[in-house]
Amino acid sequence: MAKPIELEINSKRYQVQCDPETPLLSALRDELGLTGTKYGCGEGQCGACTVLIGGAPRRSCQISVSAAAAKPITTIEGLEKDGHLHPVQQAFLDAGAFQCAYCTSGMILSSVGLLSTNPNPTSAEIVQSLQGNICRCGTQPRIVDAVQQAAKSMQGHGR
Amino acid sequence: MNGSSVKFVPEPERYEFTAGPMHHFEIARRDFFKFLGAGIAVFVVAKDSFAKQETAPTKGFHPEELPQDISSWLHVGEDGKVTAFTGKVEIGQNIRTSLAQTVADELRVPFEAVTMVTADTALTPFDFGTVGSRSMPTMSPQLRRVASSARDLLVGAAAKEWNVAAEGLTAANGKVTDPASGRSLSYGELARGKTLAQNLPAEDPVTPPDQWTIAGKPIPKKDARSFVTGQHRYTPDIRRPGMLYGKVRRPPSFGATLTSYDAKAAQAMSGVTVVRDGDFVGAAASNERDASKALEAIHTEWKEIPQSSSKELFSDLKKNASAKSDERSRKTKGSVEEGLAAAAHRLDATYTVAFIAHAPLEPRAAVAEWSDGKLTVWTGSQRPFAVRDELADVFHVAESNVRVIVPDTGSAYGGKHTGDAALEAARLARAAGRPVQVVWTREEEFTWAYFRPAGVMEIKSGIAGDGTLTAWEFHNYNSGMSAIDMPYTVPNQHIQFHATQCPLRSGSYRGLAATANFFARESHMDELAHAAQMDSLEFRFKNLSDPRLRAVFEAAAKSFGWPRKKTQDGQGFGIAGGSEKGGYVATCVEVEVDRTSGAVRVVKMTTAFECGAIVNPDGLRHQVIGANIQGLGGALFEAIEFENGRITNPRFSRYRVPRFRDVPEIEAVLLNRKDLPSAGAGETPIMAVAPAIGNAIFQATGTRLRALPMVPNGLPSAKA
Repeated sequence: MAKPIELEINSKRYQVQCDPETPLLSALRDELGLTGTKYGCGEGQCGACTVLIGGAPRRSCQISVSAAAAKPITTIEGLEKDGHLHPVQQAFLDAGAFQCAYCTSGMILSSVGLLSTNPNPTSAEIVQSLQGNICRCGTQPRIVDAVQQAAKSMQGHGR
Repeated sequence: MNGSSVKFVPEPERYEFTAGPMHHFEIARRDFFKFLGAGIAVFVVAKDSFAKQETAPTKGFHPEELPQDISSWLHVGEDGKVTAFTGKVEIGQNIRTSLAQTVADELRVPFEAVTMVTADTALTPFDFGTVGSRSMPTMSPQLRRVASSARDLLVGAAAKEWNVAAEGLTAANGKVTDPASGRSLSYGELARGKTLAQNLPAEDPVTPPDQWTIAGKPIPKKDARSFVTGQHRYTPDIRRPGMLYGKVRRPPSFGATLTSYDAKAAQAMSGVTVVRDGDFVGAAASNERDASKALEAIHTEWKEIPQSSSKELFSDLKKNASAKSDERSRKTKGSVEEGLAAAAHRLDATYTVAFIAHAPLEPRAAVAEWSDGKLTVWTGSQRPFAVRDELADVFHVAESNVRVIVPDTGSAYGGKHTGDAALEAARLARAAGRPVQVVWTREEEFTWAYFRPAGVMEIKSGIAGDGTLTAWEFHNYNSGMSAIDMPYTVPNQHIQFHATQCPLRSGSYRGLAATANFFARESHMDELAHAAQMDSLEFRFKNLSDPRLRAVFEAAAKSFGWPRKKTQDGQGFGIAGGSEKGGYVATCVEVEVDRTSGAVRVVKMTTAFECGAIVNPDGLRHQVIGANIQGLGGALFEAIEFENGRITNPRFSRYRVPRFRDVPEIEAVLLNRKDLPSAGAGETPIMAVAPAIGNAIFQATGTRLRALPMVPNGLPSAKA
């Protein structure tokens, strides 16, 4: 049996007992029950599995558990604080920026990552940064609006 | 039930599934109240659960059983909460929201008071499937009648309580009020202690659209918060106690048969279940990685059969067309020969569409659990009852012992009519004696699902000197008959569908063959307009009598500013439109072609859409804009490539779908016809996208593109 690997996810410590080469996505979903992170393609092409590692958006299907162990990980389950949605979640909700919503976790985490490095992106910058996230329902215009709305509200609240 | 709506007959569409048999419903009436608690319940009874526009038969209840052909029902609990049941499936189209609005509106309760229970074969009435844009036109009027009947029951209960005439009482905001005395009772109070049930009176008037208060409003998606927090559980997110993860060994090519099998090494692995059943080979283990390892350890050999490739696709489709054609697949009016002879301009052209994939972001998935010979399956399917029947059939169990539940699903677009993953999970779970989940990989999804059928369309036409159509001959090979009819006036027509041997497994896709038939027709109309030296819209109007189609063309043109003048090189404008499934659509497009690189960019799209009375303008806008964006993919670059029974581009890195950078400015112009019943909106808005783009590319470059996708690698002719 492999040695347990320690992960810091959403400010909590977890131990996972799996092959170190297991994709982080599988460990999150199958070992830890954090199913908000979605499988979409397994080749880093759709963005549904996006999480933040050390604050930066990463494809969890493309990174092994052992490689992810070094830095704090944030998943969609970790964005809500004390019953308050993260401003990006709130903006997606307000804009109705989802249809089937299967891509939504990845869209939100990619957007949180973007806003942490670029707090006031232009719509072209949002488009550029979400180019690797697929929405098959065709909600892209509202997602761009939601990210802009989130940027405004985060500046307003100094978050 | 609505005199102005046309009875829905499943179209003679090769790729649309036809209605199955009617099924019995097992819950007895007393169990219904046991399940939901006391209260007031109303059931709608219809002769045909698929086509329910007819007036419900006035047959009464059998004392203890629900009618076997029930189609929807509703319960008002002692707490005033309303639960409505429908077999429809939520796949991102927001039907849960719009149906809840309909119920709240008719019952006169706040939107929040209504819970919709959807797509659970043990709880909801039989439903043919969430297909064909039928949820709004069939389910919405039924639920309205159910709700209106429940309201009457509640008013009646209040009248009895107060010993006054029901006529003078009003129902609003979850209460019945007596305006004469000012007293009121909430629905919860009125339902208390009662187990009142009734089937629907023959004709109960429902609220007309101009008096809607909750329907017609842009109410946000139900349970929206659970989607932005990652809490909603799609099928792949379901975890059952002791659940195993299953993997399936796929044949190397379509139609291959298993000739040799050795699973000794896999069977020796601990905690692994291996199954071979005919050509089915699969493994289940406590995690996905172990299941994959077990599968890799199984040695299989397969006999393959020679197969055609996408390179010869269109010639094969024509070559292999059936010589026979039945009455249903052809129509003739006047004489095309005479119409052509009388024409000032004649035009022959052939159009093609490739196979494309639905690529729903949630792949096909299922969780299956056997317990005491009963099977429960969670799966993302548009046809839960069909999946139930298939499971019952394959595993030789009674339908009553199979329960299929569809969690709100990560989209479908017509691609989730079958129960493949459900069958696989159930097979593995039966062998393992534990629940098993199967989630298809993206590669499996791109290979083993089914595709939008490819097709060839041939048109021969003629116009008089003034631009009047004189002849129209239209042949469709393989893709289907949806929207094959000519919406423009032509005295001489011959229209025919040709069945042919189709090299890939094909099925429904958003809009069915209408996208192909719109593309051919509306591109051809544009070619004719140029031949007549007329503006493309003016040419259409000259040949158009349908006022609803004219209205969407006018609305799109007005908003877009048609006709527009080019302000720069490489710019072009196109228009296309038509009608299907009770909806009317017109799309205007602006493109920009880079003459050096050949790159084509869609700059702007304006789509006008009319589907009768609008139930939720926000949801409708989602459908129209979403369909426009999805339509871009099939128009510009999506195509499934295949060779020797293998899909050669089964990944998102090889199969291009629309991404953020591909999305133009899109305007949806929604025409609200409160005087007309609501039609579905999920499909028709996709149909005019491709021809409008093609027509715009022609205007920009002079190159006519007659094959979808039009520019998978840019526009070669633009590269000088």
